Amino acid sequence: MTRADSAIRVRGLTKRYGDHQAVAGVDLDVEVGEIFSLLGPNGAGKTTCVEILEGYRHRDGGEVEVLGVDPATADAHWKARIGIVLQSTKDFAELTPTEALSTFAAYYPSPRPIDEVLELVGLTDKRKTRGDQLSGGQRRRLDVGLGILGNPELLFLDEPTTGFDPEARRQFWGLIESLSDLGTTILLTTHYLDEAERLADRVGVIADGRVVAVDDPAMLGGRGAAAATVSWRGPNGRERISTDAPTRVVRELADTFGGEIPELAVSRPTLEDVYLQMIGAAT
Amino acid sequence: MTATTTRQRPAKLPSLATVSKARVRAELLSFRERDAVVFVLLFPVILLVVFGAVFGGNAEVAPGVSFIQYFVAGMIAAGLLSASFQNLAIQIPIERDAGYLKRLSGTPMPKAAYFVGKIVLVGFIALIQTVMLLAIGILLYDVTLPTGFEPWLNFAWIALLGVTSCTLLGIAFSSVPKNGKSAPAIVSPIAIVLQFISGVFFVFSQLPNWMQTIAAIFPLKWMTQGMRSVFLPDAARAAEPAGSWELGRIALVLAVWCVVGLALCLLTFRWRTRSDG
Repeated sequence: MTRADSAIRVRGLTKRYGDHQAVAGVDLDVEVGEIFSLLGPNGAGKTTCVEILEGYRHRDGGEVEVLGVDPATADAHWKARIGIVLQSTKDFAELTPTEALSTFAAYYPSPRPIDEVLELVGLTDKRKTRGDQLSGGQRRRLDVGLGILGNPELLFLDEPTTGFDPEARRQFWGLIESLSDLGTTILLTTHYLDEAERLADRVGVIADGRVVAVDDPAMLGGRGAAAATVSWRGPNGRERISTDAPTRVVRELADTFGGEIPELAVSRPTLEDVYLQMIGAAT
Repeated sequence: MTATTTRQRPAKLPSLATVSKARVRAELLSFRERDAVVFVLLFPVILLVVFGAVFGGNAEVAPGVSFIQYFVAGMIAAGLLSASFQNLAIQIPIERDAGYLKRLSGTPMPKAAYFVGKIVLVGFIALIQTVMLLAIGILLYDVTLPTGFEPWLNFAWIALLGVTSCTLLGIAFSSVPKNGKSAPAIVSPIAIVLQFISGVFFVFSQLPNWMQTIAAIFPLKWMTQGMRSVFLPDAARAAEPAGSWELGRIALVLAVWCVVGLALCLLTFRWRTRSDG
Protein backbone atom coordinates (compact mmCIF):
# COMPACT_ATOMS: atom_id res chain seq x y z
CA MET A 1 0.00 0.00 0.00
CA THR A 2 1.71 3.18 -1.12
CA ARG A 3 -0.77 5.71 0.15
CA ALA A 4 -3.73 5.17 2.38
CA ASP A 5 -5.83 8.08 1.15
CA SER A 6 -5.95 7.32 -2.53
CA ALA A 7 -8.12 4.53 -3.99
CA ILE A 8 -7.13 5.27 -7.57
CA ARG A 9 -3.97 7.02 -8.70
CA VAL A 10 -3.24 7.52 -12.40
CA ARG A 11 -0.31 9.40 -13.93
CA GLY A 12 0.29 9.96 -17.62
CA LEU A 13 -1.94 7.11 -18.78
CA THR A 14 -1.85 6.50 -22.54
CA LYS A 15 -3.54 4.02 -24.84
CA ARG A 16 -3.56 3.93 -28.62
CA TYR A 17 -5.72 1.90 -31.02
CA GLY A 18 -4.03 1.93 -34.40
CA ASP A 19 -3.88 5.58 -35.41
CA HIS A 20 -6.30 6.69 -32.75
CA GLN A 21 -4.87 8.01 -29.48
CA ALA A 22 -7.80 6.99 -27.25
CA VAL A 23 -6.16 8.05 -23.97
CA ALA A 24 -3.55 10.78 -24.25
CA GLY A 25 -1.98 11.27 -20.84
CA VAL A 26 -4.64 11.03 -18.17
CA ASP A 27 -3.93 11.98 -14.56
CA LEU A 28 -6.52 11.05 -11.98
CA ASP A 29 -6.83 10.72 -8.22
CA VAL A 30 -9.84 9.22 -6.50
CA GLU A 31 -9.83 9.38 -2.72
CA VAL A 32 -10.98 6.61 -0.46
CA GLY A 33 -14.67 6.93 0.34
CA GLU A 34 -15.60 9.46 -2.31
CA ILE A 35 -17.96 9.20 -5.26
CA PHE A 36 -16.02 10.34 -8.29
CA SER A 37 -17.85 10.80 -11.56
CA LEU A 38 -16.16 10.67 -14.93
CA LEU A 39 -17.97 12.65 -17.61
CA GLY A 40 -17.24 12.85 -21.28
CA PRO A 41 -18.76 12.41 -24.71
CA ASN A 42 -18.76 9.02 -26.46
CA GLY A 43 -15.34 8.27 -27.86
CA ALA A 44 -13.57 10.58 -25.42
CA GLY A 45 -11.66 7.69 -23.86
CA LYS A 46 -13.83 7.22 -20.76
CA THR A 47 -14.55 3.54 -21.19
CA THR A 48 -10.98 2.73 -22.25
CA CYS A 49 -9.71 4.53 -19.18
CA VAL A 50 -12.09 2.77 -16.82
CA GLU A 51 -11.46 -0.65 -18.37
CA ILE A 52 -7.73 -0.17 -17.83
CA LEU A 53 -8.46 0.59 -14.17
CA GLU A 54 -10.68 -2.50 -13.96
CA GLY A 55 -7.91 -4.70 -15.37
CA TYR A 56 -9.75 -5.52 -18.61
CA ARG A 57 -7.38 -3.67 -20.93
CA HIS A 58 -3.66 -3.13 -21.02
CA ARG A 59 -2.21 0.34 -21.19
CA ASP A 60 0.54 1.60 -23.45
CA GLY A 61 2.14 3.90 -20.93
CA GLY A 62 1.81 5.70 -17.60
CA GLU A 63 1.37 4.62 -14.01
CA VAL A 64 -1.82 3.15 -12.61
CA GLU A 65 -2.54 2.13 -9.04
CA VAL A 66 -5.94 0.87 -7.99
CA LEU A 67 -6.15 0.06 -4.28
CA GLY A 68 -2.36 0.24 -4.32
CA VAL A 69 -2.01 -2.43 -7.02
CA ASP A 70 -1.24 -2.20 -10.73
CA PRO A 71 -4.36 -3.64 -12.42
CA ALA A 72 -2.21 -5.02 -15.25
CA THR A 73 -0.59 -7.46 -12.84
CA ALA A 74 -3.49 -7.83 -10.44
CA ASP A 75 -4.58 -11.22 -9.16
CA ALA A 76 -7.75 -12.73 -7.74
CA HIS A 77 -7.07 -11.18 -4.32
CA TRP A 78 -7.27 -7.75 -5.90
CA LYS A 79 -10.38 -8.64 -7.90
CA ALA A 80 -12.03 -9.69 -4.64
CA ARG A 81 -11.61 -6.11 -3.36
CA ILE A 82 -13.27 -4.39 -6.31
CA GLY A 83 -16.77 -4.58 -7.80
CA ILE A 84 -17.47 -3.97 -11.47
CA VAL A 85 -20.82 -3.02 -12.95
CA LEU A 86 -20.36 -3.07 -16.71
CA GLN A 87 -22.57 -1.36 -19.25
CA SER A 88 -25.80 -3.26 -19.54
CA THR A 89 -25.44 -6.90 -20.49
CA LYS A 90 -28.06 -9.47 -21.41
CA ASP A 91 -26.81 -12.49 -19.48
CA PHE A 92 -28.61 -14.33 -16.66
CA ALA A 93 -31.75 -14.81 -18.74
CA GLU A 94 -32.37 -18.18 -17.12
CA LEU A 95 -31.51 -17.53 -13.49
CA THR A 96 -33.38 -15.74 -10.74
CA PRO A 97 -31.63 -12.99 -8.76
CA THR A 98 -31.23 -15.37 -5.82
CA GLU A 99 -29.63 -18.03 -8.02
CA ALA A 100 -27.36 -15.56 -9.80
CA LEU A 101 -26.21 -14.01 -6.51
CA SER A 102 -25.74 -17.32 -4.70
CA THR A 103 -23.56 -18.78 -7.47
CA PHE A 104 -21.45 -15.61 -7.62
CA ALA A 105 -21.12 -15.39 -3.84
CA ALA A 106 -18.95 -18.51 -3.94
CA TYR A 107 -16.20 -16.59 -5.77
CA TYR A 108 -15.59 -14.11 -2.96
CA PRO A 109 -13.75 -14.49 0.34
CA SER A 110 -16.24 -12.48 2.39
CA PRO A 111 -19.47 -11.93 0.44
CA ARG A 112 -22.41 -9.98 1.76
CA PRO A 113 -25.35 -12.19 2.70
CA ILE A 114 -27.66 -12.71 -0.32
CA ASP A 115 -30.74 -11.40 1.51
CA GLU A 116 -28.88 -8.25 2.48
CA VAL A 117 -27.86 -7.62 -1.15
CA LEU A 118 -31.40 -8.23 -2.39
CA GLU A 119 -32.66 -5.79 0.21
CA LEU A 120 -30.03 -3.16 -0.67
CA VAL A 121 -30.84 -3.22 -4.38
CA GLY A 122 -34.58 -3.53 -3.80
CA LEU A 123 -35.05 -6.92 -5.44
CA THR A 124 -36.41 -8.83 -2.45
CA ASP A 125 -39.84 -9.10 -4.10
CA LYS A 126 -38.29 -10.24 -7.39
CA ARG A 127 -35.81 -12.70 -5.92
CA LYS A 128 -37.55 -15.67 -7.55
CA THR A 129 -38.21 -14.07 -10.95
CA ARG A 130 -36.23 -15.30 -13.94
CA GLY A 131 -33.73 -12.80 -15.36
CA ASP A 132 -35.50 -12.43 -18.68
CA GLN A 133 -38.71 -11.44 -16.91
CA LEU A 134 -37.15 -8.56 -14.98
CA SER A 135 -37.59 -5.00 -16.23
CA GLY A 136 -34.59 -3.05 -17.49
CA GLY A 137 -34.28 -1.23 -14.18
CA GLN A 138 -34.55 -4.44 -12.17
CA ARG A 139 -31.86 -6.05 -14.37
CA ARG A 140 -29.62 -3.10 -13.66
CA ARG A 141 -30.23 -3.51 -9.94
CA LEU A 142 -29.18 -7.12 -10.23
CA ASP A 143 -26.00 -5.95 -12.00
CA VAL A 144 -25.29 -3.64 -9.08
CA GLY A 145 -26.15 -6.41 -6.62
CA LEU A 146 -23.54 -8.63 -8.27
CA GLY A 147 -21.09 -5.72 -8.20
CA ILE A 148 -21.45 -5.15 -4.44
CA LEU A 149 -21.84 -8.83 -3.53
CA GLY A 150 -18.15 -9.28 -2.72
CA ASN A 151 -18.28 -6.37 -0.29
CA PRO A 152 -15.89 -4.30 -2.44
CA GLU A 153 -13.78 -1.41 -1.24
CA LEU A 154 -14.09 0.17 -4.68
CA LEU A 155 -17.07 -0.04 -7.02
CA PHE A 156 -16.94 0.79 -10.73
CA LEU A 157 -20.30 1.84 -12.17
CA ASP A 158 -20.47 2.26 -15.94
CA GLU A 159 -23.58 4.15 -17.07
CA PRO A 160 -25.71 2.49 -14.41
CA THR A 161 -29.02 4.24 -15.10
CA THR A 162 -29.22 4.23 -18.89
CA GLY A 163 -32.80 3.41 -19.85
CA PHE A 164 -34.29 4.13 -16.43
CA ASP A 165 -37.48 6.10 -15.95
CA PRO A 166 -37.13 9.13 -13.62
CA GLU A 167 -38.66 7.29 -10.66
CA ALA A 168 -36.32 4.32 -11.03
CA ARG A 169 -33.37 6.67 -11.41
CA ARG A 170 -34.16 8.44 -8.12
CA GLN A 171 -34.45 5.13 -6.29
CA PHE A 172 -31.15 4.06 -7.81
CA TRP A 173 -29.45 7.23 -6.63
CA GLY A 174 -30.63 6.42 -3.12
CA LEU A 175 -28.97 3.02 -3.42
CA ILE A 176 -25.66 4.53 -4.56
CA GLU A 177 -25.74 7.02 -1.70
CA SER A 178 -26.37 4.30 0.85
CA LEU A 179 -23.43 2.30 -0.53
CA SER A 180 -21.28 5.37 -0.22
CA ASP A 181 -22.47 5.83 3.36
CA LEU A 182 -21.30 2.29 4.04
CA GLY A 183 -17.79 3.37 3.06
CA THR A 184 -17.55 2.16 -0.54
CA THR A 185 -15.47 4.26 -2.92
CA ILE A 186 -17.33 4.67 -6.20
CA LEU A 187 -16.11 5.56 -9.68
CA LEU A 188 -19.16 6.45 -11.74
CA THR A 189 -19.21 7.06 -15.47
CA THR A 190 -22.40 8.58 -16.77
CA HIS A 191 -23.93 10.62 -19.56
CA TYR A 192 -26.41 12.23 -17.20
CA LEU A 193 -25.13 15.46 -15.74
CA ASP A 194 -27.93 15.65 -13.19
CA GLU A 195 -26.82 12.24 -11.96
CA ALA A 196 -23.20 13.36 -11.58
CA GLU A 197 -24.31 16.57 -9.89
CA ARG A 198 -26.52 14.75 -7.43
CA LEU A 199 -24.16 11.91 -6.54
CA ALA A 200 -20.56 12.92 -7.10
CA ASP A 201 -18.26 14.52 -4.57
CA ARG A 202 -16.04 15.44 -7.50
CA VAL A 203 -16.39 15.16 -11.25
CA GLY A 204 -13.70 14.83 -13.89
CA VAL A 205 -14.35 15.77 -17.49
CA ILE A 206 -12.59 13.74 -20.18
CA ALA A 207 -12.37 15.09 -23.70
CA ASP A 208 -10.11 13.87 -26.48
CA GLY A 209 -8.32 11.40 -24.22
CA ARG A 210 -7.41 13.98 -21.57
CA VAL A 211 -8.87 15.08 -18.27
CA VAL A 212 -9.71 18.72 -18.94
CA ALA A 213 -11.15 19.56 -15.50
CA VAL A 214 -11.64 18.05 -12.06
CA ASP A 215 -13.74 19.75 -9.44
CA ASP A 216 -16.70 19.72 -7.11
CA PRO A 217 -19.71 19.63 -9.48
CA ALA A 218 -20.97 22.92 -8.02
CA MET A 219 -17.64 24.59 -8.78
CA LEU A 220 -16.70 22.98 -12.10
CA GLY A 221 -15.46 25.41 -14.72
CA GLY A 222 -15.72 28.31 -12.28
CA ARG A 223 -19.46 27.68 -11.98
CA GLY A 224 -19.66 28.77 -8.35
CA ALA A 225 -18.08 32.14 -9.06
CA ALA A 226 -19.60 32.71 -12.47
CA ALA A 227 -21.92 35.60 -13.09
CA ALA A 228 -25.47 34.89 -11.99
CA THR A 229 -28.50 35.72 -14.03
CA VAL A 230 -31.41 37.41 -12.25
CA SER A 231 -34.65 37.42 -14.21
CA TRP A 232 -38.19 38.58 -13.46
CA ARG A 233 -41.33 39.84 -15.18
CA GLY A 234 -41.32 43.63 -15.43
CA PRO A 235 -43.95 45.98 -16.89
CA ASN A 236 -42.47 45.44 -20.35
CA GLY A 237 -42.22 41.66 -20.18
CA ARG A 238 -39.38 39.37 -19.11
CA GLU A 239 -36.19 41.13 -18.00
CA ARG A 240 -32.81 39.77 -17.02
CA ILE A 241 -29.52 41.05 -15.62
CA SER A 242 -26.20 39.26 -15.55
CA THR A 243 -24.45 40.18 -12.30
CA ASP A 244 -21.70 39.29 -9.84
CA ALA A 245 -23.90 40.58 -6.99
CA PRO A 246 -27.28 38.89 -7.37
CA THR A 247 -28.26 39.52 -3.75
CA ARG A 248 -27.95 43.25 -4.15
CA VAL A 249 -29.89 43.15 -7.42
CA VAL A 250 -32.70 41.20 -5.77
CA ARG A 251 -32.81 43.59 -2.81
CA GLU A 252 -33.04 46.57 -5.15
CA LEU A 253 -35.76 44.89 -7.16
CA ALA A 254 -37.67 44.12 -3.98
CA ASP A 255 -37.55 47.82 -3.07
CA THR A 256 -38.69 48.77 -6.57
CA PHE A 257 -41.63 46.38 -6.50
CA GLY A 258 -42.36 47.04 -2.82
CA GLY A 259 -42.39 43.32 -1.92
CA GLU A 260 -42.79 40.25 -4.14
CA ILE A 261 -40.83 40.31 -7.38
CA PRO A 262 -42.99 38.71 -10.11
CA GLU A 263 -41.58 35.38 -11.41
CA LEU A 264 -38.17 35.94 -9.83
CA ALA A 265 -35.40 33.49 -10.77
CA VAL A 266 -31.70 33.58 -9.90
CA SER A 267 -29.53 31.08 -11.81
CA ARG A 268 -25.91 30.21 -12.39
CA PRO A 269 -24.60 28.29 -15.40
CA THR A 270 -25.80 24.68 -15.09
CA LEU A 271 -23.35 21.82 -14.98
CA GLU A 272 -24.53 21.08 -18.49
CA ASP A 273 -23.64 24.61 -19.64
CA VAL A 274 -20.06 24.41 -18.37
CA TYR A 275 -19.67 20.81 -19.49
CA LEU A 276 -20.75 21.51 -23.05
CA GLN A 277 -18.47 24.52 -23.11
CA MET A 278 -15.54 22.38 -21.93
CA ILE A 279 -15.94 19.52 -24.37
CA GLY A 280 -16.65 22.04 -27.12
CA ALA A 281 -13.42 23.89 -26.35
CA ALA A 282 -11.42 20.66 -26.25
CA THR A 283 -12.58 19.27 -29.59
CA MET B 1 -21.14 -4.80 8.06
CA THR B 2 -17.46 -4.98 7.42
CA ALA B 3 -15.82 -1.59 7.35
CA THR B 4 -14.45 -1.01 3.87
CA THR B 5 -11.11 0.71 3.74
CA THR B 6 -8.09 0.29 1.52
CA ARG B 7 -6.21 -1.64 4.16
CA GLN B 8 -5.41 -5.03 2.73
CA ARG B 9 -7.60 -7.64 4.32
CA PRO B 10 -6.00 -11.02 4.82
CA ALA B 11 -8.76 -12.36 2.59
CA LYS B 12 -8.60 -16.05 1.96
CA LEU B 13 -10.02 -16.81 -1.45
CA PRO B 14 -12.41 -19.77 -1.81
CA SER B 15 -10.74 -22.93 -3.08
CA LEU B 16 -10.97 -24.06 -6.71
CA ALA B 17 -13.17 -26.95 -5.53
CA THR B 18 -15.65 -24.61 -3.83
CA VAL B 19 -15.89 -22.30 -6.82
CA SER B 20 -16.11 -25.23 -9.24
CA LYS B 21 -19.04 -26.57 -7.27
CA ALA B 22 -20.78 -23.22 -7.62
CA ARG B 23 -20.06 -23.22 -11.36
CA VAL B 24 -21.52 -26.71 -11.74
CA ARG B 25 -24.61 -25.53 -9.93
CA ALA B 26 -24.87 -22.46 -12.16
CA GLU B 27 -24.52 -24.61 -15.29
CA LEU B 28 -27.15 -27.12 -14.21
CA LEU B 29 -29.56 -24.38 -13.11
CA SER B 30 -29.22 -22.57 -16.44
CA PHE B 31 -29.45 -25.79 -18.42
CA ARG B 32 -32.62 -26.81 -16.63
CA GLU B 33 -34.23 -23.48 -17.50
CA ARG B 34 -33.06 -23.30 -21.10
CA ASP B 35 -35.83 -23.59 -23.67
CA ALA B 36 -33.81 -26.13 -25.63
CA VAL B 37 -33.33 -28.55 -22.74
CA VAL B 38 -35.88 -31.08 -23.94
CA PHE B 39 -34.66 -30.78 -27.52
CA VAL B 40 -31.00 -31.17 -26.57
CA LEU B 41 -31.68 -34.27 -24.51
CA LEU B 42 -34.26 -35.87 -26.76
CA PHE B 43 -33.05 -35.06 -30.27
CA PRO B 44 -30.76 -38.10 -30.66
CA VAL B 45 -33.54 -40.28 -29.25
CA ILE B 46 -36.07 -38.89 -31.73
CA LEU B 47 -33.63 -39.43 -34.59
CA LEU B 48 -33.06 -42.98 -33.48
CA VAL B 49 -36.77 -43.77 -33.39
CA VAL B 50 -37.48 -42.08 -36.75
CA PHE B 51 -34.59 -43.78 -38.51
CA GLY B 52 -35.43 -47.04 -36.80
CA ALA B 53 -38.94 -46.86 -38.24
CA VAL B 54 -37.69 -46.00 -41.75
CA PHE B 55 -34.72 -48.35 -42.07
CA GLY B 56 -35.62 -50.86 -39.41
CA GLY B 57 -36.73 -53.68 -41.71
CA ASN B 58 -34.44 -56.64 -42.09
CA ALA B 59 -31.40 -54.86 -43.52
CA GLU B 60 -28.19 -56.44 -42.23
CA VAL B 61 -24.72 -54.93 -42.22
CA ALA B 62 -23.12 -58.28 -41.41
CA PRO B 63 -24.45 -61.76 -40.71
CA GLY B 64 -26.77 -61.47 -37.71
CA VAL B 65 -26.18 -57.72 -37.25
CA SER B 66 -29.08 -55.46 -38.24
CA PHE B 67 -28.56 -51.94 -39.56
CA ILE B 68 -30.55 -50.54 -36.68
CA GLN B 69 -28.08 -51.98 -34.16
CA TYR B 70 -25.28 -50.43 -36.20
CA PHE B 71 -27.23 -47.17 -36.05
CA VAL B 72 -27.74 -47.31 -32.27
CA ALA B 73 -23.96 -47.50 -31.77
CA GLY B 74 -23.45 -44.61 -34.19
CA MET B 75 -26.10 -42.50 -32.46
CA ILE B 76 -24.43 -43.00 -29.09
CA ALA B 77 -21.23 -41.55 -30.56
CA ALA B 78 -23.22 -38.75 -32.25
CA GLY B 79 -24.91 -38.04 -28.91
CA LEU B 80 -21.49 -37.61 -27.29
CA LEU B 81 -20.56 -35.18 -30.09
CA SER B 82 -23.72 -33.12 -29.61
CA ALA B 83 -23.38 -33.05 -25.81
CA SER B 84 -19.81 -31.78 -26.06
CA PHE B 85 -18.82 -30.07 -29.32
CA GLN B 86 -22.21 -28.78 -30.46
CA ASN B 87 -23.36 -27.79 -26.99
CA LEU B 88 -20.22 -25.78 -26.13
CA ALA B 89 -19.51 -24.30 -29.57
CA ILE B 90 -23.04 -22.84 -29.53
CA GLN B 91 -23.49 -21.99 -25.85
CA ILE B 92 -20.14 -20.31 -25.16
CA PRO B 93 -20.51 -17.71 -27.98
CA ILE B 94 -23.98 -16.92 -26.63
CA GLU B 95 -22.55 -16.39 -23.14
CA ARG B 96 -19.67 -14.33 -24.51
CA ASP B 97 -22.06 -12.22 -26.57
CA ALA B 98 -24.35 -11.61 -23.60
CA GLY B 99 -21.43 -10.21 -21.59
CA TYR B 100 -21.47 -13.10 -19.13
CA LEU B 101 -17.86 -14.15 -19.75
CA LYS B 102 -16.64 -10.58 -19.37
CA ARG B 103 -18.57 -10.32 -16.12
CA LEU B 104 -17.06 -13.56 -14.83
CA SER B 105 -13.54 -12.50 -15.74
CA GLY B 106 -13.98 -9.38 -13.62
CA THR B 107 -14.56 -11.49 -10.50
CA PRO B 108 -11.97 -13.42 -8.49
CA MET B 109 -13.37 -16.69 -9.92
CA PRO B 110 -10.48 -18.97 -10.97
CA LYS B 111 -10.81 -19.31 -14.76
CA ALA B 112 -10.45 -23.09 -14.50
CA ALA B 113 -13.70 -23.26 -12.51
CA TYR B 114 -15.67 -22.04 -15.53
CA PHE B 115 -14.37 -24.93 -17.61
CA VAL B 116 -14.97 -27.44 -14.82
CA GLY B 117 -18.62 -26.35 -14.81
CA LYS B 118 -18.87 -26.81 -18.58
CA ILE B 119 -17.18 -30.21 -18.47
CA VAL B 120 -19.50 -31.51 -15.76
CA LEU B 121 -22.52 -30.28 -17.73
CA VAL B 122 -21.22 -32.06 -20.84
CA GLY B 123 -20.72 -35.26 -18.85
CA PHE B 124 -24.19 -34.98 -17.39
CA ILE B 125 -25.88 -34.55 -20.79
CA ALA B 126 -23.73 -37.26 -22.37
CA LEU B 127 -24.63 -39.72 -19.64
CA ILE B 128 -28.39 -39.08 -19.90
CA GLN B 129 -28.30 -39.35 -23.70
CA THR B 130 -26.30 -42.57 -23.70
CA VAL B 131 -28.59 -44.20 -21.17
CA MET B 132 -31.72 -43.20 -23.13
CA LEU B 133 -30.30 -44.37 -26.45
CA LEU B 134 -29.21 -47.69 -24.99
CA ALA B 135 -32.56 -48.18 -23.31
CA ILE B 136 -34.39 -47.67 -26.61
CA GLY B 137 -31.91 -49.87 -28.45
CA ILE B 138 -32.44 -52.66 -25.93
CA LEU B 139 -36.23 -52.31 -25.76
CA LEU B 140 -36.97 -51.85 -29.47
CA TYR B 141 -34.06 -53.04 -31.55
CA ASP B 142 -32.57 -56.15 -29.93
CA VAL B 143 -29.38 -54.41 -28.89
CA THR B 144 -27.76 -56.43 -26.11
CA LEU B 145 -25.42 -55.00 -23.51
CA PRO B 146 -21.94 -56.48 -23.64
CA THR B 147 -20.94 -58.78 -20.82
CA GLY B 148 -17.59 -58.94 -19.12
CA PHE B 149 -15.12 -56.35 -18.01
CA GLU B 150 -13.23 -55.63 -21.21
CA PRO B 151 -16.00 -54.17 -23.42
CA TRP B 152 -17.03 -51.84 -20.61
CA LEU B 153 -13.45 -50.75 -20.07
CA ASN B 154 -13.26 -50.03 -23.80
CA PHE B 155 -16.56 -48.14 -23.62
CA ALA B 156 -15.21 -46.03 -20.74
CA TRP B 157 -11.99 -44.94 -22.44
CA ILE B 158 -13.55 -44.44 -25.86
CA ALA B 159 -16.35 -42.30 -24.40
CA LEU B 160 -13.89 -40.41 -22.20
CA LEU B 161 -11.39 -39.70 -24.97
CA GLY B 162 -14.19 -38.88 -27.42
CA VAL B 163 -15.96 -36.50 -25.07
CA THR B 164 -12.68 -34.91 -23.95
CA SER B 165 -11.48 -34.22 -27.51
CA CYS B 166 -14.88 -32.90 -28.62
CA THR B 167 -15.24 -30.77 -25.47
CA LEU B 168 -11.85 -29.15 -26.08
CA LEU B 169 -12.68 -28.67 -29.77
CA GLY B 170 -16.07 -27.19 -28.84
CA ILE B 171 -14.41 -24.69 -26.49
CA ALA B 172 -11.83 -23.86 -29.17
CA PHE B 173 -14.47 -23.55 -31.89
CA SER B 174 -16.48 -21.15 -29.69
CA SER B 175 -14.12 -18.38 -30.86
CA VAL B 176 -15.13 -18.89 -34.51
CA PRO B 177 -18.75 -17.63 -34.70
CA LYS B 178 -18.91 -13.84 -34.90
CA ASN B 179 -21.66 -13.70 -32.30
CA GLY B 180 -24.11 -15.77 -30.32
CA LYS B 181 -26.85 -15.58 -32.92
CA SER B 182 -24.75 -16.98 -35.73
CA ALA B 183 -23.30 -19.81 -33.64
CA PRO B 184 -26.02 -22.45 -34.23
CA ALA B 185 -26.03 -21.74 -37.98
CA ILE B 186 -22.28 -22.37 -38.18
CA VAL B 187 -21.93 -25.23 -35.72
CA SER B 188 -24.97 -27.40 -36.47
CA PRO B 189 -24.18 -28.01 -40.17
CA ILE B 190 -20.67 -29.13 -39.23
CA ALA B 191 -22.04 -31.66 -36.77
CA ILE B 192 -24.68 -32.89 -39.22
CA VAL B 193 -22.21 -33.32 -42.10
CA LEU B 194 -19.84 -35.17 -39.78
CA GLN B 195 -22.67 -37.50 -38.79
CA PHE B 196 -23.42 -38.26 -42.44
CA ILE B 197 -19.82 -39.05 -43.37
CA SER B 198 -18.71 -40.76 -40.15
CA GLY B 199 -20.88 -43.86 -40.14
CA VAL B 200 -23.90 -42.73 -38.13
CA PHE B 201 -26.70 -42.63 -40.70
CA PHE B 202 -24.99 -44.80 -43.33
CA VAL B 203 -22.77 -47.85 -43.08
CA PHE B 204 -19.28 -46.37 -43.14
CA SER B 205 -17.66 -48.98 -45.39
CA GLN B 206 -20.32 -48.30 -48.06
CA LEU B 207 -19.43 -44.60 -48.34
CA PRO B 208 -17.24 -43.40 -51.22
CA ASN B 209 -13.55 -43.73 -50.46
CA TRP B 210 -12.84 -40.01 -50.57
CA MET B 211 -15.60 -39.45 -48.02
CA GLN B 212 -14.15 -42.11 -45.74
CA THR B 213 -10.75 -40.45 -46.03
CA ILE B 214 -12.12 -37.06 -45.03
CA ALA B 215 -14.16 -38.53 -42.17
CA ALA B 216 -11.10 -40.36 -40.85
CA ILE B 217 -9.46 -37.01 -40.09
CA PHE B 218 -12.14 -36.11 -37.52
CA PRO B 219 -12.95 -37.69 -34.15
CA LEU B 220 -16.55 -38.76 -34.83
CA LYS B 221 -15.63 -41.56 -37.27
CA TRP B 222 -13.39 -43.11 -34.63
CA MET B 223 -15.98 -42.65 -31.89
CA THR B 224 -18.68 -44.45 -33.91
CA GLN B 225 -16.24 -47.25 -34.71
CA GLY B 226 -15.33 -47.56 -31.04
CA MET B 227 -18.98 -47.70 -29.97
CA ARG B 228 -19.66 -50.41 -32.55
CA SER B 229 -16.77 -52.41 -31.12
CA VAL B 230 -18.50 -52.28 -27.75
CA PHE B 231 -22.16 -52.80 -28.62
CA LEU B 232 -22.11 -54.96 -31.78
CA PRO B 233 -21.33 -58.67 -31.93
CA ASP B 234 -17.86 -59.56 -33.05
CA ALA B 235 -19.20 -60.68 -36.46
CA ALA B 236 -19.90 -57.01 -37.26
CA ARG B 237 -16.16 -56.49 -37.67
CA ALA B 238 -16.68 -57.68 -41.25
CA ALA B 239 -18.49 -54.39 -42.00
CA GLU B 240 -15.49 -52.26 -41.00
CA PRO B 241 -13.18 -50.99 -43.75
CA ALA B 242 -10.14 -52.42 -42.00
CA GLY B 243 -11.93 -55.67 -41.11
CA SER B 244 -11.04 -55.00 -37.48
CA TRP B 245 -12.01 -52.50 -34.75
CA GLU B 246 -8.60 -50.73 -34.80
CA LEU B 247 -8.81 -49.88 -31.10
CA GLY B 248 -5.20 -48.70 -31.02
CA ARG B 249 -5.77 -46.29 -33.87
CA ILE B 250 -8.98 -44.99 -32.25
CA ALA B 251 -7.03 -44.20 -29.10
CA LEU B 252 -4.26 -42.52 -31.07
CA VAL B 253 -6.49 -40.29 -33.24
CA LEU B 254 -8.67 -39.19 -30.31
CA ALA B 255 -5.61 -38.49 -28.14
CA VAL B 256 -4.07 -36.36 -30.90
CA TRP B 257 -7.32 -34.37 -31.14
CA CYS B 258 -7.25 -33.85 -27.37
CA VAL B 259 -3.80 -32.30 -27.65
CA VAL B 260 -4.76 -30.20 -30.69
CA GLY B 261 -7.99 -29.09 -28.99
CA LEU B 262 -6.21 -28.12 -25.78
CA ALA B 263 -3.58 -26.13 -27.68
CA LEU B 264 -6.29 -24.29 -29.67
CA CYS B 265 -8.19 -23.51 -26.45
CA LEU B 266 -5.13 -22.08 -24.76
CA LEU B 267 -4.23 -20.01 -27.82
CA THR B 268 -7.62 -18.69 -28.87
CA PHE B 269 -10.05 -18.56 -25.94
CA ARG B 270 -11.48 -15.09 -25.42
CA TRP B 271 -13.54 -13.77 -22.49
CA ARG B 272 -14.75 -10.81 -24.51
CA THR B 273 -16.35 -10.38 -27.91
CA ARG B 274 -14.16 -9.43 -30.85
CA SER B 275 -15.83 -6.03 -31.13
CA ASP B 276 -14.94 -5.38 -27.48
CA GLY B 277 -11.20 -5.19 -28.16
